[in-house]
Amino acid sequence: MENAIECRHITKVFGKIVANKDVSMDIRHGEILSLLGENGSGKTTLMNMISGIYFPDSGEILVNGKPVEIRDPGDAYKLGIAMVHQHFKLIDVFTALENIALGLNDGKKFDLKKIREGAQKICDRYDFDLDLNQKVYEMSVSQKQTLEIVKALYRGADVLILDEPTAVLTPQESDKLFDVIRNMREDGKSVVIITHKLSEVMEISDRVTILRQGEYVGTVVTKEASEAILTEMMFGQKIDLEIDRSEPKDLVRRLEIRHLIVHNKEGRRVVNDVSFDAFGGEILGIAGISGNGQKELLEAVAGLQHCKAGSNITFYSGEKADWPIQLVGKSAREIRQAGIHLAFVPEDRLGMGLVGSMDMVQNMMLKSYTKGAPVIADRKAPKALAEVVKDRLHVKTPSINTPVSQLSGGNVQKVLVGREIASSPTVLMTAYAVRGLDVNTSYTIYNLLNEQKEKGVAVIYVGEDLDTMLALCDRILVLCGGRVNGIVDARSVTKEEIGLRMTKMQDEGGNK
Amino acid sequence: MSAANTVVKQPLVRMVKRVGVSGRTKVMVRVIAILLALVADAVFIFGVTGLNPVAVYGVMFQGTFMTPIRFSWAMRDLVTLLAIGIALAPAFQMRFWNIGAEGQVLVGALVTAIIMVFVGASIPTPLLFVLMAVCSIAAGAVWGFIPAFFKAKWGTNETLFTLMMNYVAIQIMAAVTNILRGKASSLGKLNMSSQVGWFPQLFGQRYNWNIIIVFVLMVLMFIYLRYTKHGYEIRVVGESENTARYAGINVKLVTIRTMVLSGAICGLTGLLLVCGRDQTIATTTAGGNGFTAIIVAWLAKFNTFYMFLISFLLIFLQKGAAEIASAYNLNDYASDIITGIILFFILGSEFFIQFRLVFRGAGAKEVK
Repeated sequence: MENAIECRHITKVFGKIVANKDVSMDIRHGEILSLLGENGSGKTTLMNMISGIYFPDSGEILVNGKPVEIRDPGDAYKLGIAMVHQHFKLIDVFTALENIALGLNDGKKFDLKKIREGAQKICDRYDFDLDLNQKVYEMSVSQKQTLEIVKALYRGADVLILDEPTAVLTPQESDKLFDVIRNMREDGKSVVIITHKLSEVMEISDRVTILRQGEYVGTVVTKEASEAILTEMMFGQKIDLEIDRSEPKDLVRRLEIRHLIVHNKEGRRVVNDVSFDAFGGEILGIAGISGNGQKELLEAVAGLQHCKAGSNITFYSGEKADWPIQLVGKSAREIRQAGIHLAFVPEDRLGMGLVGSMDMVQNMMLKSYTKGAPVIADRKAPKALAEVVKDRLHVKTPSINTPVSQLSGGNVQKVLVGREIASSPTVLMTAYAVRGLDVNTSYTIYNLLNEQKEKGVAVIYVGEDLDTMLALCDRILVLCGGRVNGIVDARSVTKEEIGLRMTKMQDEGGNK
Repeated sequence: MSAANTVVKQPLVRMVKRVGVSGRTKVMVRVIAILLALVADAVFIFGVTGLNPVAVYGVMFQGTFMTPIRFSWAMRDLVTLLAIGIALAPAFQMRFWNIGAEGQVLVGALVTAIIMVFVGASIPTPLLFVLMAVCSIAAGAVWGFIPAFFKAKWGTNETLFTLMMNYVAIQIMAAVTNILRGKASSLGKLNMSSQVGWFPQLFGQRYNWNIIIVFVLMVLMFIYLRYTKHGYEIRVVGESENTARYAGINVKLVTIRTMVLSGAICGLTGLLLVCGRDQTIATTTAGGNGFTAIIVAWLAKFNTFYMFLISFLLIFLQKGAAEIASAYNLNDYASDIITGIILFFILGSEFFIQFRLVFRGAGAKEVK
C-alpha cells in the first residue's frame, strides 16, 4: 500500500540542539499512528515540519509517494495535512463557524452559509458535538479541540496530526475523542497522535513510532507490543512505572478550610462554599475538569485571591500543629512573614512560579530575596541552592546562569519544584505538577512528592490524569462547578466514579 | 488529495534563529552594519550632492572632534541625554512606559529657576543648592508619582498619562517664563549680575559639574538595577505581575516607588540644565531629549554603560550632521538623511544578531 506521508532522513537543528536527526518514518492511509517519545524527543518538531511550521535542514518529505516541499501551513493544507496544536489557534471572540471560515482562501466567493452546511456535514458524519454558533470564549477545552479538528477536516485534511490531544480532557471526553478518531479512520483518513501516555497508545493506535532524543527508534504494531516493550524503546532501558505509595501515618491536621468562597475577576463565584481538611503525612488529590475552581482554591490558600466574607482558612503551624493562624486576609508576603512554610507550585510555571528571562540563581531568589543584608540582594545562598537543585533533580541546563525559559518544560518544572521543596514546607500545594512532562520526569516528581509526604508534609496535588491520581494520592477531593463533590478514598474508588463526580453534582456532599 | 499541487522549490530565504551568539559575533555584526551604512551614505552623498563622501565623513567627524571645545560641547549634550536615559531605565525595566521624561525634566528646571530667582539672594549658597536640589527632585518625583499612582490604583494607561503630563509641564513653563520675563523681549540669563545659583566654573566650564554628576548617577543606577533588592523587584514586576504577586512583591508599591525615582532623576536633570548649562529656562529646556532618551534606554537594554555609548553615537551623528550642513551649505534634510541611514543600519543590525538568513541551496552545509 502506498504511504500517505513518508519522511526520509529528516534532520532539524536549532542552534546547537539537534531536534531531529536522520529520522525516516511513514504514515499509512487509514491508520491511527501514535508518535511516542519523551518530552524533547523531537515528536512535535517532526510533525511541525510535516505541517509546514518549520522547514527541515535536510531530508525530504513524500506525500502520496511524491517528494514535496512544505514551506508553510498553507502548503500543508493543500496537501491535505493539518495539525491540531497543544495550544489552540482560535480567535476567542469569534463563533465556531467564523473560526472555521477564518483564513479560507479557495478563490471562491466568501459564503458563510455554504461553509456552515459543509461544517455541519462534517459534524454529522463523524459524530462531533459542536455548536457552530457558539463563541470560542464560551467553550470548554474539549469543545475548542473539537472545533480545531472540524476546522482541519473542513479544509480537506486527509492526515490529521493531534499534539497531546487528551492532556486536557476528562476520561469521558477522551473516550469520545477516541470514538471520533476511529470514525475518521473508518473513513480512510490517517490520524497521528503525539503522546507520551502509554495507556492511550495501547488503546487507540494501530501502529506506534518511537522517537528518542531526536532519533528514530522503531515502529511496532500495537497489537504485538506491550507497555513494557514500549517503555524500553522510549527510554532505551527498562523503567519501573510503579508509584511506591506508603500508608499515611502520624496524620496531623495542617489546613482547615471552611466555607471558602472566591469570585473571579468577572465576579463569578468560582470557588463555592468549599470545606475540607489537609493532613500532614498524606497526599490529598484534587480532581476536576480544568477551570472548576482548582486554580483559585490554591491561590486563595497562597494569599493570591480575595476571599469573600465568611471564608475561613486555618493553618496549623508548629511541630504539633497546635498553633492556628488565619490565612484569609493575608497577602503572600504576610503569610511568609508569619513564619508559615507554605510551598506552592502554580499551574503557570513561567507566568507565575518563575521568571523566564532570569537564570536559576535569580529564580531561587524569588522567595528569599528579602533575606540577608539590607539593600543589596544576597546571591550566595541562592547560587548554592541552584547548584543543589540542579544536582539533586538532574536539571539539564548549560549552566545555572542560563535563562530558565531556554530550558525544556520538564527542566523548568524541576527548577520550580526544587525551589519550593527546598523551603522545607509544612504544606506543599502543586497544580498540574506533571503537565507536559515526560514519563521519566513525571516519576521524579511523584517520588519527590512521596518523599515530602513521608516527611510529614501535607501535600495537595491538583491533577488531571486520573490513573496517576489513583496511584499517587491517599484521598481525592472532587471539584465540580467550584463545589466539593465528595472526598473519596483513592485506594478503593474507580476512575469512572471520579469522572462522574467531576461532571455531575452528587447529593451526599463532602463526607470523608 | 491534490497531489498535483506538488511544490518543488525550497523557499528562497528563510530566517533561522541564532542561539548562543558570542560577544564577538555581536560586535562583528554591528561593525559590518556601520560599514554598510557608510557605503550606503556614500552612494547617497555622491549621487545627490556630487560631493566626495570621504571628505564629507571627515567633516562629520570634525563635528565632535575638531577642537577640544567641540568635544567638550559634545560631552555636555551627551550627559543631558544620558541623564534622562538613566532616569528612564528603572521605569522601562519595570515595563512602565514613561513617555513623560520631557515634562519631568521641565518641572525640575522650573522649580530650580524659581528658587534661584526668588530665594537665591536671601540664603547662603550651599543652602540654596540643597534647597534647589531637594525641590527639583521633589517636583520631578511628583510628576512621576501622579501617573504611577493612577495606574496602581485604577489601572490607567501610563503611556497616555505620562505623555499628557508633558503638555501640562510645558504650559506651566510657558506661563512662568512669561511672568518672569515681564516686558523684556527675552528672559535672558537668570541672576545675570549676581550669578547666584549658577554652578561655579570647574576646569573652565560650569557644565563639567553635570558631566561628573551624571557619570556618578550612571554607576549608581547600574548598581541599583543589577544588585539591589529594589532592582530585583523591578525586574520581576517587569516580567510578570503574577510572578511578582506570587513572590510576595507589593506590585503597587514597587510601581509607585520606581516611577518616583524615575521622575526624581528627571527633576534633578532639570536642575543640572539650569545651573550647569543654560542658567535660564524655556519650554525647550529639555529640547526633546526626554523622547530621544527613550531610544537610548531601549537600545542599551537598560544597561547604563551601554547608554553612554549609544548617547555618544547619537550626539556624534547630530553634531556631524550640523557640521556637514554648515560646511557644505546643505540644508538640514540632507544631513539628517545621512545620519538617518546610519541609525537605520544600526537598528537593523539587531535583527541579524537575533537571526541569520539561509538562502536556497545552502541548507545542508549550514548545519554545524
